[in-house]
Amino acid sequence: MSEKTEKTERLSVFKTYKLYIGGKFPRSESGRVYEVTTATSAADAAGKGKWLANAPLSSRKDARDAVVAARKAFGGWSGATAYNRGQILYRIAEMLEGRREQFVREVADAEGLSKSKAAAQVDAAIDRWVWYAGWTDKIAQVVGGGNPVAGPFFNLSSPEPTGVVAVLAPQESSFLGLVSVVAPVIATGNTAVVIASEKSPLPALSLGEVLATSDLPGGVVNILSGRTAEIAAPLAAHQDVNAIDLAGADDVLAKELEIAAADNLKRVLRPQPVDYATTPGTERMTAFLETKTVWHPTGSLGASGSSY
Amino acid sequence: MPTTASAAHSLADVTASNSTLSRFLHGLPGVDAVGLEARAASLGTRSIKTTAKAYAIDLAISMVDLTTLEGADTPGKVRALGAKAVRPDPTDRTTPTTAAVCVYPDMVAVAKEAVAGSGVKVASVATAFPAGRAALEVKLADVRDAVSAGADEIDMVIDRGAFLAGHYLKVYDEIVAVKETCGAARLKVIFETGELSTYDNIRRASWLGMLAGADFIKTSTGKVAVNATPANTLLMLEAVRDFRAQTGVQVGVKPAGGIRTSKDAIKFLVLVNETAGEDWLDNHWFRFGASSLLNDLLMQRQKLATGRYSGPDYVTVD
Repeated sequence: MSEKTEKTERLSVFKTYKLYIGGKFPRSESGRVYEVTTATSAADAAGKGKWLANAPLSSRKDARDAVVAARKAFGGWSGATAYNRGQILYRIAEMLEGRREQFVREVADAEGLSKSKAAAQVDAAIDRWVWYAGWTDKIAQVVGGGNPVAGPFFNLSSPEPTGVVAVLAPQESSFLGLVSVVAPVIATGNTAVVIASEKSPLPALSLGEVLATSDLPGGVVNILSGRTAEIAAPLAAHQDVNAIDLAGADDVLAKELEIAAADNLKRVLRPQPVDYATTPGTERMTAFLETKTVWHPTGSLGASGSSY
Repeated sequence: MPTTASAAHSLADVTASNSTLSRFLHGLPGVDAVGLEARAASLGTRSIKTTAKAYAIDLAISMVDLTTLEGADTPGKVRALGAKAVRPDPTDRTTPTTAAVCVYPDMVAVAKEAVAGSGVKVASVATAFPAGRAALEVKLADVRDAVSAGADEIDMVIDRGAFLAGHYLKVYDEIVAVKETCGAARLKVIFETGELSTYDNIRRASWLGMLAGADFIKTSTGKVAVNATPANTLLMLEAVRDFRAQTGVQVGVKPAGGIRTSKDAIKFLVLVNETAGEDWLDNHWFRFGASSLLNDLLMQRQKLATGRYSGPDYVTVD
C-alpha cells in the first residue's frame, strides 16, 4: 500500500443532546428540538448567537415520565444511608473533574465567558458537589436531635426528605447555578426533576451523562430541556410532585406556578437573588426536608433510678 | 378454514376421535407470525384522545377482572379487593364498577359477600390452577367447590402437557367435563399462551376451547414469563370472529397478565374493535385479567377530569 494518501479534512462528529430520564437518554416524546446558540454579549441580546446544537424541546409528557421515574427512584435513594449518598455525590465530583475541559467549553459558549472565567465556574461547581457530599450525613445532626421534654420520654426529631422535587434551574448560571440547586435536593434523599436553563441547556444535558456514570441510581435526577414555562406548568400542578424550587422562574411565572402548586400543598421555594459564587448555607437542603418527631417512653424513672 | 355451507354440521364430526380432531386443528391455516405482529403493532399506534379516551378508560374499567391470586391472600385482602371492585374511585362516584373479582376457590365465599348487591361478579380460578397438573376428579372437585361457594365464572387451565403431546381429545374432554360441572357459571378457558410455543398452537387451542364449549378464551394465568401480548390476543380475537361466522356462537376473550397501563389497555380495545368488532366491546365479551391496571386507569381518569397529573398517593395500595 502506498504511504502517500491524500490528506482529507476530517468531518467532526456532532453530539445529539438528549434528555436524561430514569437513567436513560431518550429524545423528547414529542420529537421536537430547538436551536441552542452561543451567548456573546451583543448577539445574545439580539438572540442571534452562533449555532451550537439542537436540544430536545420537552413536552408535558416528558415531564410526566420524569416524575414517574423520580417517584420510582425515591424509595431506594431516600432509603440509602446518608453515608452512601455522600460517597455517590463525591463520585459525581470525581467524574466531573474528568470531564472538566468539556464543561469549560460548554459553559464558555453558553454564558459568553472567557475560558478562564468559565474554568472558574466549573471548578466552583465541582467544589460545590463535594461540599454537599459532605453534608449528607451531617445535616441530620444540625437540624435534628433530642428535644428536652417535661415527661418520661425520649423526644427525637429527625429530618426526612420531602419526596419528588421539581427544580427550575437558574436561567443565567447554566452550570454552577444548576449544580447549586440540584445537589442540595438530592443530598438529603429527595429525587429531582430538573428543568435546565432555557437558553443554555447544554451543560445540564451533559451533566446527565456524568450522573449516569457516577453510581447515582437512574431516576434520582431527571433532566429536561425546553421552554421552562411549558414544562413547569404541568409539574407545578402534578399531584405526585411534593415540592418545587422556582429558582429559574421570573416573577410572573413564579406566581402562576405557586398557585398551581398550592393544590396538593407542595413545598415551594420562591425565587430569590442568589450569588452562586459564594458558599451557600443549608437553606436549600432544609427547604426540602420534613421533620419527623418521635416520642418514646423511658419507663418509670423513679423506680430504676436511671438517669434518663 | 372450512367454509362450506354445512360448516356447523362438519364441526360436529371433528371431535369424534383424537385423529379427526387432530386433523381438523392441524388443518387450520398456519399463522403468519410476522404479519400478525406487524398488524398488532400497527393497530397499537392509533391515537385515542379526549372524549374517545374517556370512553375507552371507562369501558376498560368496566372490563377489569380485578385479580388477586397469591398464596398470601387473606380474607381481609379479598374484602378490600371487593370494595375496590364495587367502588374503584371513592372520590368519584361516576366511575363504573369493574366486571368481576377473580380469586382462588377458597376465597369465593368471602369475595361473594364483599361484592353482594353490586352487580360485580365473582370469578374463581379452578382445575389445579395455575399448573393444571392434577387428576380430572381433583380438578372437577375444585370446580364444584368454587361453584357451590357461589362463583359466577370459572377460569380453568387446560392441560398444556396433553395439548403439546397431541392428545387433543383429552384436553377437549376435560373442558367438556368442566363445562358440565360449571352449571350456570360461565367458563373461561386459559391456554397459557406463553407455554404453547407457537402462534399455530394458540390458534389450535382457541378452536379446541371453543369447540368444547368455552364461554371465554383467556390467554394466560399471569404466572409465567410471557403473558398477554397484543399479537396473541389479536390471534384469539380472529379465532372468535371466525368461530361466530361459522357457527353463530359468540365467545369472549380475556387477555390476562402483563397489562399494566391505560395505554396498553386502550391498544387492546382497538384490537377488539378492529378485529372482532363492536359486538365484543362489552364486558360480557371482553375482559382484562389485571390487578395493577385498575390504578393506572383511575389515575388517567383523574387526569382527564381535573387536567392535573395524578399520582399513586391518590389510589389504593393493593
